[in-house]
Amino acid sequence: MNSVAPALLILAPFLAALLCSAFSWLERRLCFPTALLGLCVSLLAALDLLLQAGPAGVIQYKMGGWSPPFGIEYRIDALSALVILIIACIALLNLAASHRQVLRDMQDRFGTFYAVYLLFVTGLFGVTATGDLFNLYVLLEITSLTGYALIAMGDGDRGPLSSLNYLFIGVIGASFYLLGVGYLYIMTGSLNMVDVARLLPPLYGSSAILVAFVFCMLGIWIKMALFPLHVWLPNAYTYAPAAVSRVIAPLMTKVMVYVMIRLMFTVFGLEYVFEQLDLSRTVVWLATLAVLAGAVMALAQRDLRKMFSYVIVSEIGYMVGGAWLGNELGFTGAVLHILNDALMTFALFLVLGNLLFRLRGVSFEDLRGSFVGMPWTMAGFVLAGLSIIGVPPTCGFFSKWYLILAGLEAGAYQFVAALVLSSLICAVLFFRIIEIAFFEAPGPSSGDTGQNGQLREAPVSMLIPLGLVSISLLAVGVYAGSVVRGVIAPFLGLYPIP
Amino acid sequence: MKFFGFLIVSLCGGLLLYASSEFPDWGDPDSPASRHLSPHYIEESLAETGVPNLVTSVLADYRSFDTMFETAVIFCAGLACLLLLRKYKPETDRYYRHIPTGVILHFKNSRKSLPVGSEFELMDADWVPYDLVIKTVCRILIPFIQLYALYVVAHGDFSPGGGFQGGVIFGSSLILLAISYNLRTAVQRIKERVLGFLCVLGVLIYAGLGVLCMFLGGEFLDYSRLAAILPADPVHVRALGMLGVEIGVGIAVMAVMAAIYVNIASAGRHDEGL
Amino acid sequence: MVDLLTHIVAKYNYWLYIILMMIGLYAMIVKNNLVKKLVGMNIFQTSIILFFVSIGYKKGATIPIIENAHGNGHGGKQLLIRAADYINPLPHVLMLTAIVVSVATFGVALALAVKIYQRYQTLEEDEIRMRLTRK
Repeated sequence: MNSVAPALLILAPFLAALLCSAFSWLERRLCFPTALLGLCVSLLAALDLLLQAGPAGVIQYKMGGWSPPFGIEYRIDALSALVILIIACIALLNLAASHRQVLRDMQDRFGTFYAVYLLFVTGLFGVTATGDLFNLYVLLEITSLTGYALIAMGDGDRGPLSSLNYLFIGVIGASFYLLGVGYLYIMTGSLNMVDVARLLPPLYGSSAILVAFVFCMLGIWIKMALFPLHVWLPNAYTYAPAAVSRVIAPLMTKVMVYVMIRLMFTVFGLEYVFEQLDLSRTVVWLATLAVLAGAVMALAQRDLRKMFSYVIVSEIGYMVGGAWLGNELGFTGAVLHILNDALMTFALFLVLGNLLFRLRGVSFEDLRGSFVGMPWTMAGFVLAGLSIIGVPPTCGFFSKWYLILAGLEAGAYQFVAALVLSSLICAVLFFRIIEIAFFEAPGPSSGDTGQNGQLREAPVSMLIPLGLVSISLLAVGVYAGSVVRGVIAPFLGLYPIP
Repeated sequence: MKFFGFLIVSLCGGLLLYASSEFPDWGDPDSPASRHLSPHYIEESLAETGVPNLVTSVLADYRSFDTMFETAVIFCAGLACLLLLRKYKPETDRYYRHIPTGVILHFKNSRKSLPVGSEFELMDADWVPYDLVIKTVCRILIPFIQLYALYVVAHGDFSPGGGFQGGVIFGSSLILLAISYNLRTAVQRIKERVLGFLCVLGVLIYAGLGVLCMFLGGEFLDYSRLAAILPADPVHVRALGMLGVEIGVGIAVMAVMAAIYVNIASAGRHDEGL
Repeated sequence: MVDLLTHIVAKYNYWLYIILMMIGLYAMIVKNNLVKKLVGMNIFQTSIILFFVSIGYKKGATIPIIENAHGNGHGGKQLLIRAADYINPLPHVLMLTAIVVSVATFGVALALAVKIYQRYQTLEEDEIRMRLTRK
């Protein structure tokens, strides 16, 4: 049975983007429904893929009818299906949540905005689903280009500048990845991931393959903002419009972590990464550094957006460290954390969007007393905060638990210590804000208030997505065991760990 | 900063040079790159796709999915420029030149405008003084450039060329018009709305052909399925499918090139005619 | 020494592309003017294109367009095509894509630069930074 779901997944948002762009010249009111429809279709396709990929192992789709390695194939296994589902859910929810904000902030150009947004999502889907190294580069560039444009939309003052800096660094990252692919191509003559993996073992000792690996990893790390390479991230996420940072912050870095895991597992092979190379200790140290540095820099911020950006830098350290510990628990924790962190970050940035819709800014002074005016939003904030800290019923606890166990098993005690320490720092971070928002009296007329001068709750269309995500934070926590059994175990079954 | 940059650069360069010692020599016909995939492309593609230009057959058939997103990248760039730069509010500061006398009028903070024609002309950032030689030469050249662009698109199956190249040549003819006359003339010839539609249309032709193949029972972009509706055998129909997508690519690239130029050159104002 | 020289001569394409690439990277890291950085970015990307295209070259082979294919009808089975006669088409295809990507990136970057210039009236990074801190 040849499923069309992989093609549908990509085509629905792609065609919707084209139609949106056409409608922006004809009948602007049609743009939003078109975008919604496109993402709904992809969500259905993503669900279908996850249900199929669990039992079937791998779903293949040959583009143009050419069999690999001559043509381009889409290969979707349990891990990619999970990531695809995350992307589809978050993109759809954010579209629904940001409708009013987009209408308010981008009056005359929202049609084009939706087209670019959909292309961004298309690129993310493609990066996750593709089984071809060069195709990955092309789709990565689509995500990056649209990302630059979306980020530059924000905050007239700093948006374009931070976007241009992101562009320079992003180009270096993507080019390094392309160079790595070129080195692989010159040594093996193939671009298909599975085919390259088949041809690589005789070449394991080669220095060219080593350099290819290093450059692929460097490129991906730049794109995912691993600690010393993170300089572009805080400004880009802070000065982007709320509707944009909500989708870029949870998805972009997580998809890059996925790409890293994909390259390690499918292309280079675990045997090469962990037995031939002696890099895993170094990278775990790097990740430890990232966890600590992110947390400490977050502590120094007085603006909620900047603070969240540094929390992301710290979370990236968790996932990279988990993936490089080289044991089954570590991978389980890293993959589970991709899911959890996407949800937690999304929840945080949804809260941020709601606050920004009503408040003038989100520095700590502006937040005083916001609990009284926006109880539901702040309830979501508390839940997301607890999850980031890692308090048991929420999902954040379980991935951290796996990561700590994995660290103990691998003997990477510095990583475990960093995890615990950063959790403590996160606790300080979030309780500090909860204190400001709950106990301090509201400042004089801070932003968009109602008739009687009171701060109002965000509109229902923005609260429902936040509610859904908050519930899912608990639900994923409760069902973490079934995620591990149903998705991560089949994936690890495909690639035995040496 | 300079030292730091130099350090990074020499580290990267050293690493890359170190790896290149294992590479096959330049032009070695026995390198893995020339022995794994490329013999299949070279020896079989004429029989499988009926297109003698191997670059076209690999680009628009074997790896056509890549190429669709390549077109999408260009489309993204066009959209991004539009999103970032386009300003819909007209300028309030205007200069007019009275053509017979050369007197220049300055309208400050006023929404009033003079009828532009044989008496007055609007002077703005992209106003170009009249030059007979340049205008005449370009007027003669532009149709030939455009004809050549069409040839490059249409003959891409048999000789170097194809949608991207042809599209860029056509787009450059529009840019030449904008440079030699002025931006306003170019925008009047091809309205912004038309350019926007052409961008979408080009990509839509590409994606639409692929979706059509899916409806006819094949995989996405499997042109051989078009044999059901076109009077040709499954091999030749692939060549026709490629021509179709190349035309789509050509239209999209042409429109995006012109759109990017117009947006960047006028910093998003587009001036009159809208 | 002679060894090194023959090594460089046999692989001079790689040396050239690496030198070009490092020039571009250096400009991107060190230069103060945003347009100079853009130029550096272009050199950087072009060098990678050069690298890929040089992979495709084969000694004694010609451009990848099958000769005499016109007269043989479609299919052209009777034509003898040897892989050694034509250079590898795949890197060219990949680089067509990479060129398009670099042009698109350049376009977006220029648009951003125009926007920055509108906002700060300068493209020198230190002046922009001064303006940002002064506020």
